[in-house]
Amino acid sequence: MKAVRELLIKEFLQIRRDKRMLPLILLAPVIQVVLLGYAATVDVKNIRLAVYDGDRSPASRAYIERYTATGYFTVVEHVDDPRDLDAALDGGRATLAVHIPRHFARDVASGRPVRVQLLADGSDANTANISLNYAAQITAGYAESIFAERLARVGGITVPRVSAETRVWYNPELRSANYMVPGVVALILMIITTTFSAAAIVREKEAGTIEQILVTPIKPLQFILGKLLPFTIIGIVEVGLVLGVAVLWFDIPLRGSIALLFGLCGLFILTTLGLGLFVSTISRTQQQAMMTAQFFIFFPFLFLSGFTFPIENMPPVIQTLTYGIPLRYFIQIVRGLFLKGVGLEVLWPQALALLIFGAVILGLSVMGFRKRLG
Amino acid sequence: MIHFNIAPIFKKEFRQISRDKRALGILVFLPAFMLVMVGYALNFDVKHLAVAVADMDRSALSRELVERMTQSEYLELQYRLAAAEDIDPLLESGSATIGVVVPVGFSDNLLAGKDAEVQVLIDGSNSNTGSVAQGYVSLAVRDFSNRLVMRWLEKRGASPSVPVVLEPKLWYNPELKSAKFLVPGLFGLILMIVTVISTSLSIVREKEMGTMEQLKTSPLWSNEIILGKTIPYLLISIVAATMIIIVGWWLFDVTIKGSIPLLYLAIVLFLLGGLGQGILISNVAHTQQVAFIMSVFSSLLPSFLLSGFVFPIDSMPGFLQVFSNVIPAKFFLVIVRSIIMKGVGVGPVWEQFAYLAMFAFATIGISAARLQKELSR
Repeated sequence: MKAVRELLIKEFLQIRRDKRMLPLILLAPVIQVVLLGYAATVDVKNIRLAVYDGDRSPASRAYIERYTATGYFTVVEHVDDPRDLDAALDGGRATLAVHIPRHFARDVASGRPVRVQLLADGSDANTANISLNYAAQITAGYAESIFAERLARVGGITVPRVSAETRVWYNPELRSANYMVPGVVALILMIITTTFSAAAIVREKEAGTIEQILVTPIKPLQFILGKLLPFTIIGIVEVGLVLGVAVLWFDIPLRGSIALLFGLCGLFILTTLGLGLFVSTISRTQQQAMMTAQFFIFFPFLFLSGFTFPIENMPPVIQTLTYGIPLRYFIQIVRGLFLKGVGLEVLWPQALALLIFGAVILGLSVMGFRKRLG
Repeated sequence: MIHFNIAPIFKKEFRQISRDKRALGILVFLPAFMLVMVGYALNFDVKHLAVAVADMDRSALSRELVERMTQSEYLELQYRLAAAEDIDPLLESGSATIGVVVPVGFSDNLLAGKDAEVQVLIDGSNSNTGSVAQGYVSLAVRDFSNRLVMRWLEKRGASPSVPVVLEPKLWYNPELKSAKFLVPGLFGLILMIVTVISTSLSIVREKEMGTMEQLKTSPLWSNEIILGKTIPYLLISIVAATMIIIVGWWLFDVTIKGSIPLLYLAIVLFLLGGLGQGILISNVAHTQQVAFIMSVFSSLLPSFLLSGFVFPIDSMPGFLQVFSNVIPAKFFLVIVRSIIMKGVGVGPVWEQFAYLAMFAFATIGISAARLQKELSR
């Protein structure tokens, strides 16, 4: 145990010696979470609308006004020639264009359906889809009011309406930050613990000092512990920092138990340290280690864990693949704890999966590392 | 004009890269591999949302409402429940995204001329899926409600037709495939990582190993060292970019509508900026670990978050929209998407081109000056 303590002290000394290191380790995650909290929003707002109004009647203006009244649309351009709508889309000035034909008012009044063309910039599929849905709702609302006028003309009585009384659970304002920020906790924990543990070991290889350590009475297992513990501690501290920013700055509700959250972070760290150790075994230089971690671990984890892209939307083959990504379970745990406030009674399968992944990955990496050294 | 002698460093760097087979493999093939994985996995298309229905009314009208709701490809009826309370556990475990309760008396109310309400419960934890779900459900309910009015109008002899029929036309990406949007975006992200991270690490490694001192004593100019160090990565990145284009076309049908030389011009400008940024970081950082974090935070994160790659810049708070204007990836993405999807020429995107050129010029200029100072010390 004494040997491990000495190694721990050595490692912390090394971290402190590089003046830029500690501020970076501590500040970077905070900046990251702030940035993500603000930027990572897929909410579709401020849709830029170009309008060609071929009728220029009070009725057509009233129809267009319904778009801006929702707050989702801003009219950026009124064009006199319908062909200019294309130019507005081509140049990226507008993402949606409305083409209102002549005789709009006359046809609406006489009960003939008017065809209004909507041109959407489909390059961003998600935004296009949501904009079109807004437009459809606005048009349905317009139909409602026209129907009411027609009813008034024929009989004056009202026809019953059906409405949806919607309640959104877990995230009533549908804020992106509530969904993204808890995921960032998981992401930062993974990046910091994996990269630094791998780099700390490979650095000794590059510098040739690993041989020196091996001729001392320090056993490989003690060496591993001495290398991995500092970053476990740093990882936990960072989780605390990021949680602070999430709860105090972004008002993200933490409905579940904090103790359980930290406990499960510990479980997840088993996996990330195991991965870091594994990367260090197969890399000779730090450049190699960073590239390997970046491309073979972070990228697949980032994209296949459901962090930004819902797993349900992926093709079945890839959905099956995601079960092999430990981050997937941890993200579910973090979101469950934050937003739904559930505990182990719901999250036990994910916790169990993390435990198994952690034990297997760390166990195999330790074995591989000792074999390489032996 | 100064006589440039970049050959020695160029050769040395290339030999060093090719000696490290894995690094070379990663640099050349991984971008294409990532594209495959990410192209299939990245998908915002919200379809087949699981709906759980508790129809307590069991009338012809309630059945019609449920049918209307779930006939599109977006909402899929997966659970028919006997009691409203059964919805809660389904939402809690994530098995269903939407719960609908049609209360007893729904049909009787409507037939008696009274308004009726259905309850809709939505799992909002994923805000995007939640808001899309909310949009589809409320549209379906409105349509149903309008249909009831139309039937009544018809009976009374008034025009039963809807006043406005929307004719949506989708441009550039008619099938609305996320992949077509994201593949061009991945370009910037991958190239940024390859250039910034690998150049900064390769220079800082020389510092760490002390071989930078040897370079200082050599008769080489800073410009020569910089060019010799960066050109190999520039060439590798161009190969990587070509692989991305081929894979994108082959697997995802991403065809380039515009001019290919123009696309390559944009790629080279963007790469130069990335290389300059990498050298700038290597000026400041003393260890590879620090260089790595600085690279990730100055290139990867902003290129992922603030470039419009996945998150629409229009929806961000104002100060971030302003800040996004210093991220070269943002301008690169506009160019790449315009050339690939819209087939435009230089005209609509010349400002973006100018910015990329400026960025490359500035980063390379500043870092060359700093390196010169360091060398002459």
